[in-house]
Amino acid sequence: MNVRSQVEKIPAHPAASSIPFRHYFQAIGAVVWKDLVAEMRSRELLSGMLVFSLLVILIFNFALELDAATRVSVTAGVLWVTFTFAGTLGLNRSMAVEKDNGCLDGLLLAPVDRSVIYFAKVIANLVFILLVAAIVLPLYSILYNVNLFNLGLIWVIFLGAVGYVSVGTLLASMAVQARTRDILLPILLFPIVIPLLVAAVKASSGFLQGLELAAIQPWLTLLVVYDVIFTAVAFMVFDYVVEE
Amino acid sequence: MIEVHRLVKRFGPKVILRGVEFRVVPGEFVALLGPNGAGKTTFLRILSSLARPTLGDVRISGYALPGQASAVRQRLGVVSHQPLLYGDLTAEENLRFYGRMYAITDLDQRVHAILDLVGLANRRRDLVRTFSRGMAQRLSIGRSVLHDPEVLLLDEPYTGLDQDACDMLDGVLRQVTSRGRTVVMTSHDLVRAANLASRFDVLSRGVILASVARQALHQDGLLTFYREALQ
Repeated sequence: MNVRSQVEKIPAHPAASSIPFRHYFQAIGAVVWKDLVAEMRSRELLSGMLVFSLLVILIFNFALELDAATRVSVTAGVLWVTFTFAGTLGLNRSMAVEKDNGCLDGLLLAPVDRSVIYFAKVIANLVFILLVAAIVLPLYSILYNVNLFNLGLIWVIFLGAVGYVSVGTLLASMAVQARTRDILLPILLFPIVIPLLVAAVKASSGFLQGLELAAIQPWLTLLVVYDVIFTAVAFMVFDYVVEE
Repeated sequence: MIEVHRLVKRFGPKVILRGVEFRVVPGEFVALLGPNGAGKTTFLRILSSLARPTLGDVRISGYALPGQASAVRQRLGVVSHQPLLYGDLTAEENLRFYGRMYAITDLDQRVHAILDLVGLANRRRDLVRTFSRGMAQRLSIGRSVLHDPEVLLLDEPYTGLDQDACDMLDGVLRQVTSRGRTVVMTSHDLVRAANLASRFDVLSRGVILASVARQALHQDGLLTFYREALQ
């Protein structure tokens, strides 16, 4: 096939300002689609996170010989420790995949605002962590004989996961540039997510113990505020973080 | 059009580029030559908006870097050392993904044309991780011209290519320049550079040491020019 005839079928480039705003969301969709399809085929990230999560809850199950009452009170802590550590594995891997074949450069070369990459990665990481949570919760319920099918708890897990991946994706983008990225990410991430984890554990515990919504409300508010602030900060600084 | 004025790039105390002056007019094909560590890759990374200049003025098609990077990126195609492809996507999916990032309208037609162009139409449904280095590089070249860029930047594009793939790349580059597109290519392969480029610049010790148009090359050719420039 004649190359020239093919090339000429492409319309002239639109000026940057005339690129439709919807291109922003299409590009986010493209990156999320790419991450999900690649993960469906390789299953590297999800399988690692799942196996790790199951091991953590098994270890806690054997290490803490708890009576029925204490089980409910420690459940929130065990769950969030599990999600936090498993989430770190996922965050590291999701950015390492981009870096290893130079694909991060491919994304950075695209004529889109770089916040597209950030939001797409946040969405993909959120999907992965919520999938892990969806599998871990029933298993935890069986192992610990605790009922976790509580709408309030699911809402807290969602809010906590949003905050965690918002900060984690930004820091993973920084850490991936370093040779010691596997060590660097938790060192950077854990101190910053302490307020989020405290709020998430308190709110989860409150729902599991059947407290009034008024008693849990401050922790839920903290979760929402944390999510908004750190997503906004990450949106503003991501461009500088990924550039050399 | 590429215009670079007094470009300086530092990494900490190390100065990689020391006031580079560089100008390429539309349709020109510049081979950027130089020894290892001369700063060629850093220079191309700045032109492609992947790195920020420490000092100096860089403009591509009239748009300044880094301020108007998005407009510049719309007009750029880049082939680097690495293929910038996803191993867990097929060849076709990789091109579709990049096509969506560049908001290409007639993506189906374009993807098929590019796969034909790089000789991978029969492997379109194969995962890229099953490709040899040369095949991945072919696809990478296809990715770089998918959006029909005004400026093509190539960093050692012949690395890992077999003879057929080298000929394919030669053909693509000739097509691109025949349409008035601008090409800047770094290469250690003087023979290939001599066959394709309309101008030869030598970058070493952080500056452009010499520049010569193909017509002005002496009879003893590019190798002599290159050696004299480095002395």
